Amino acid sequence: MYLASTRSPVSGRGGGQVARTVFALGLVSLITDVSSEMVSSVLPLYLVLGLGLSPWQFGFLDGVYSGVTALVRVLGGHLADRFGRLKLVAGVGYALSAVSKLGLLAAGASPVALGAVLAVDRTGKGVRTAPRDALISLSSKPESLGRAFGVHRAMDTAGALLGPLVAMGVLWVAVGRYDAVFVVSFCFAALGVLALVVTVRDHEPGQARPAPRVLLSLLRHKGLRRICACAALLGLVTISDSFLYLLLQRRWELAATYFPLLAMGTSVSYLLLAVPLGRLADRIGRWPVFLGGHLALLAALLLALGPWAGWPVLLLHGAFYAASDGVLMAATSPLLPESQRASGMAVVQTVQAAARSASSVLFGAAWTVWGPEVALAVIAVALAAAVGVTAVLRPVRGQ
Amino acid sequence: MKILLAVLAVLALVGGGTLYVLNARQEVQADSVVTAVITPEQLPFRDKSGQVALAPRTDPGGQRTLTGLHCDRFHFAAKTAVCLRVRAGALTPTTDVIVLDEKLHERQRVEIPGTPSRARVSPDGRIVAWTAFVTGDSYATTGFSTRAGLLDLSDGQLVKTIEELPVLKDGRRYFAADVNYWGITFARDNATFYATMASKGSTYLVRGDYPSYRGKVLRDNVECPSLSPDGSHLVFKKKVADGDQPWRLYTLDLATMRETPLAETHSVDDQAAWLDEHTVLYGLGGDVWAVPADGSGAPRQLIAGASSPGV
Repeated sequence: MYLASTRSPVSGRGGGQVARTVFALGLVSLITDVSSEMVSSVLPLYLVLGLGLSPWQFGFLDGVYSGVTALVRVLGGHLADRFGRLKLVAGVGYALSAVSKLGLLAAGASPVALGAVLAVDRTGKGVRTAPRDALISLSSKPESLGRAFGVHRAMDTAGALLGPLVAMGVLWVAVGRYDAVFVVSFCFAALGVLALVVTVRDHEPGQARPAPRVLLSLLRHKGLRRICACAALLGLVTISDSFLYLLLQRRWELAATYFPLLAMGTSVSYLLLAVPLGRLADRIGRWPVFLGGHLALLAALLLALGPWAGWPVLLLHGAFYAASDGVLMAATSPLLPESQRASGMAVVQTVQAAARSASSVLFGAAWTVWGPEVALAVIAVALAAAVGVTAVLRPVRGQ
Repeated sequence: MKILLAVLAVLALVGGGTLYVLNARQEVQADSVVTAVITPEQLPFRDKSGQVALAPRTDPGGQRTLTGLHCDRFHFAAKTAVCLRVRAGALTPTTDVIVLDEKLHERQRVEIPGTPSRARVSPDGRIVAWTAFVTGDSYATTGFSTRAGLLDLSDGQLVKTIEELPVLKDGRRYFAADVNYWGITFARDNATFYATMASKGSTYLVRGDYPSYRGKVLRDNVECPSLSPDGSHLVFKKKVADGDQPWRLYTLDLATMRETPLAETHSVDDQAAWLDEHTVLYGLGGDVWAVPADGSGAPRQLIAGASSPGV
C-alpha cells in the first residue's frame, strides 16, 4: 500500500503522478480512435448501400475483421520485446491502420480487396496494442499503474465517442460521400502517427536483450499462467455487449433507431470511471477491483432482468469496463520483467479476448436453444461462481 | 526544424481533409424538380446516378429520362410508387419510406430504422411493403437482421414489422426469438402475401393472409419471393452453395409446387420482378437483366447502369 504516493502533492487534479508519455499515448489513442470509429460507424452503410454488397458478404468481412487481431497481437508483443523497440513496433501498427484507410478508397467494391484492407487495419490494431501498453507500464511508477492505465483508457474512449460524431458531420456536409469519411479518417490516423513520433519517448531497454525464445520462457512463468487462467475463466462467463444491449432494447421497447445510444451510454460511464477506478485499484489492490468490475457486470445483468432496468445498467456496464480493461494490465505488468513486458501483456490480452469470443458463441447458442431468460440466468450464475473461484485463487498478491 | 516539419504536416493533414470534404460537398447535386409522369408504356428503374429514370417498355435499353427523384430502392405499380431513401446525416441508419403517385408527388412518408433492402407495391397500388437491414439489433454480432413492414394506403394502417405474425409450421404454431422476415410480395386480392421467414439458420417461404393476419410455412430455402402478374408462380432466390456465389434464381409453380431453375447461372441477390408472365427482371452487377421465367433461353442485359426495375 503506497497511500502517500497516490496523494499527489501537485496542485490541481492530481495529474502530477501520471507520466508525460502516458498522456502522449492517450492523445495518440484518442486521435486514432476518432479515425477508426469514424470508419466502423459508416462501414455497414457503405458496404451495403454504397457498394451494394449483400449483408451475407458483410458478415464474412466482419468475421475477418475480428479474427485477425488476436493472432497478430502476440506477434507484435514478441517483436517489440525481441528487438527492444516498443515505440517502433507500435508506430508500425498505427501506420498500417492509417494506410488501410486509403486502401478502402482503392479497394472499390471487390469483397476480396475489402477483406484484405480490413485485415491490414486489424493487423495494425493487433500489433500496436501490447507495445503501447508496455510503454505505459514502463513509463509509470509501479504504485500508480492503475491510474496511468485509467488515464489512457479514458482518453481512448473519448476518441471512440467522438469518431461517429465526426463521421456524421462529414456525411452531413458531403451527403452520401463515404470517400470523404475515409479521407478524413486517414487524416486523423496520420495525425495519430505524427503525434506518436513527435510526443512519445521510447523506453530505453535497460538490461540485456531477452533470449530469442521469449514466448517459451513466458509459458513457464507461473504468475502469468495463473493470471491467464483466471482471465480466461472470467472471460468465458462475460456476456458480450451486443447481448446485453439486445436484452435492454427488448425490456425498454427501444426503437431500433436509438439502439447505438446504448453503447454510447456505456462509453460515457467508462470514460468517467476509468481514472477513479484506476486510482482505487492502486489503493486497495488491482485484483479486488478487477473482480469488483465483474460483480458490477453481474449487477447490471440482474438489474436488466429485474423490474428496475434503467440507466444504472449502463452505468454499471461502463464500470465493468473501467474496472477490468486497464486494471488487468495494471495487475499484470508488475509480474513481468521489463524485457518481456509487451509479450506478456499480449498473451494475457489474447487469452481474455479469445475467452470472450468463445463465450459469445456459446451464449448465442444457449440463447437460441433455451431462450433469453434461461440463457441469462445460466450465465449470471456462472459469472458469480467464476468471481468466487478467482477471488480464492487470487493470482496477483501484494499489489 | 523537426518542430517546423511537424507543424507543416499537421497543417497539411487538417487542411487537406477539410478541403476534400468541402470539395465533395460541391459535387453533390441537389434534388432537381420532379416533373415526370409514369405511364403504362414506361418502365421505371433506378439509374446508377441514384435517380429514378424512365425508359420505354418497348426499348428499355434506349433513351432514358431522369426524373430527379433520388431513391436507394424503388418500385411502382398502378399509380403508386414507393421510394426507400436512407436519411443523410442521421445519428443512426434511418430510412424514409416515401409513397408517391404516378406524377411522383409525395403522398405519405414513414420513417423506419435501418438501411433500405427491398421495396414492393401491391398490383393495384393499395399496399406498399418494404424490408430494411437493421444493424446491432441482432445478438449475432456479425451481419444484419432484417425487418419487413407494410402500409395499407386505403386505411393508413402501418405494420412496422411483421415479426409478430402468428405462423404455423408443420401444423403447429412456430415460436422463436430470432425470427426475421424479408421480401414481401402481395397478390392481386391484397389479402394473400408471401415473404421469407428466417429462423435458426434456415429460410422458409411463408404464405400470409393480411385480413386475418395469419401465416403458414409452405417450404424451406426460399428467399425474396416475387409473385407473377397472374399469381400462379413465384420467382425467388434459392441458396445453392456456400462461398461467394450462394444464390440461384428459381421459379415455383404454386399449383404443383414444382421448382424450375432459371437460365441465369450467376448468383443473384435481388427481389426479382416480372416484366410480363414470361420474363423475369433482376439487378446484377449494376445492370438490369432479363431471363425467361420457364428456365429456357439465356439471360440478356436489358438496361445498363440500372437497378430496382419497377414493374
